[in-house]
Amino acid sequence: MTPVHPESPGGTATPAGVASFVQPARSAEQAADALRVRIQTEDFDLGEELRALRSLPSGDLNPAIGAVASFVGLVRDINEGDAVAVLELEHYPGMTEKTIEAILDQASSRWPLQAIRVIHRVGRLHPTDQIVWVGAASAHREAALQACAFVMDFLKTQAPFWKKEATPQGPRWVEARASDDAAAERWKPSSAS
Amino acid sequence: MTNAGSIRVKFFASIREFTGVAEDRLPISDTCTVADVRAALAARGEIWERCLGPAAVVRAAVNQEIVPDDHAVAVGDEVAFFPPVTGG
Repeated sequence: MTPVHPESPGGTATPAGVASFVQPARSAEQAADALRVRIQTEDFDLGEELRALRSLPSGDLNPAIGAVASFVGLVRDINEGDAVAVLELEHYPGMTEKTIEAILDQASSRWPLQAIRVIHRVGRLHPTDQIVWVGAASAHREAALQACAFVMDFLKTQAPFWKKEATPQGPRWVEARASDDAAAERWKPSSAS
Repeated sequence: MTNAGSIRVKFFASIREFTGVAEDRLPISDTCTVADVRAALAARGEIWERCLGPAAVVRAAVNQEIVPDDHAVAVGDEVAFFPPVTGG
C-alpha cells in the first residue's frame, strides 16, 4: 500500500450516486495537492495535519482561510454490544484512492474550499486509535463544516474499506448500516434542476 | 462467434476470506454482464454459492467503479466482488 497517492492528471472516476448530481471541478491549488488522499498504516498527528492543511506550497499559512473543519474517526471499544479488542481494516488499493479523490472533487465543486484532505488508516487498529481524518479549509465556517460532513458521509458509503473486529465471541466482519446510506442520501437535491 | 478471452476477478473482505481467493482469472465470452460473471463464480461450489449466489448481498466494481449487475464486462476488465463497504 502506498502512503501517498499521486494525483492523476485527468479526471478521476466518480463513484455511482455521486456523479449523477454534481460536476467535479478542481482548483489549481487542489490539483497540486499531492497529499489530498493518504491511505496508510501509520498513525497521524492532528496538529501537523491541520498546519499542513492551512499551508501554502511556500510553507506560509494561507491567510485566505478563515475556517477549518476537522473530523476524526476513532476505534470504539464496544460495537453492537460486544467488546472490541482489535479492528482490522482492509481496502481495495487503487479503487480506494480514486473513489475518495472523486468525493473530494464533488465537495470542491459544491463549496468554495481552500484545501481538503483525507487520511484513512488500514491494517490492525485498537480501541482509541485514530482511523480516519477529514480536514476542510475555507474562507467561512459553513463551507468547511458542510464539506467535512459531506466527505465523511460519502466515504462511509462509497469508499471500499471493510472492518473486521475481534470480539470475545470471535472475529466478525462489521455489517454496513442503513443509517449511513441515509446520511449520504441527504446531500442529493430534492428536485432535479 | 465468441472471441475467447479472460477477465481479472478480485474478492475482498468476507468473500475473499471464505473462498480463500483474493484474485483469479476467469475466461469469458465476448458478450457478458456482471450478473453472468457472478453466476459463473457462484457455480464453483457451496461456499461460492453462499458468497456470491442470489441470496448474498454483494457489490460489484468493474475497473474500480461500482456498477449494477447488468453492467457489461469485456475481455481484459478487472471485476471485483465485495460486501457493502464499512470504512470511516
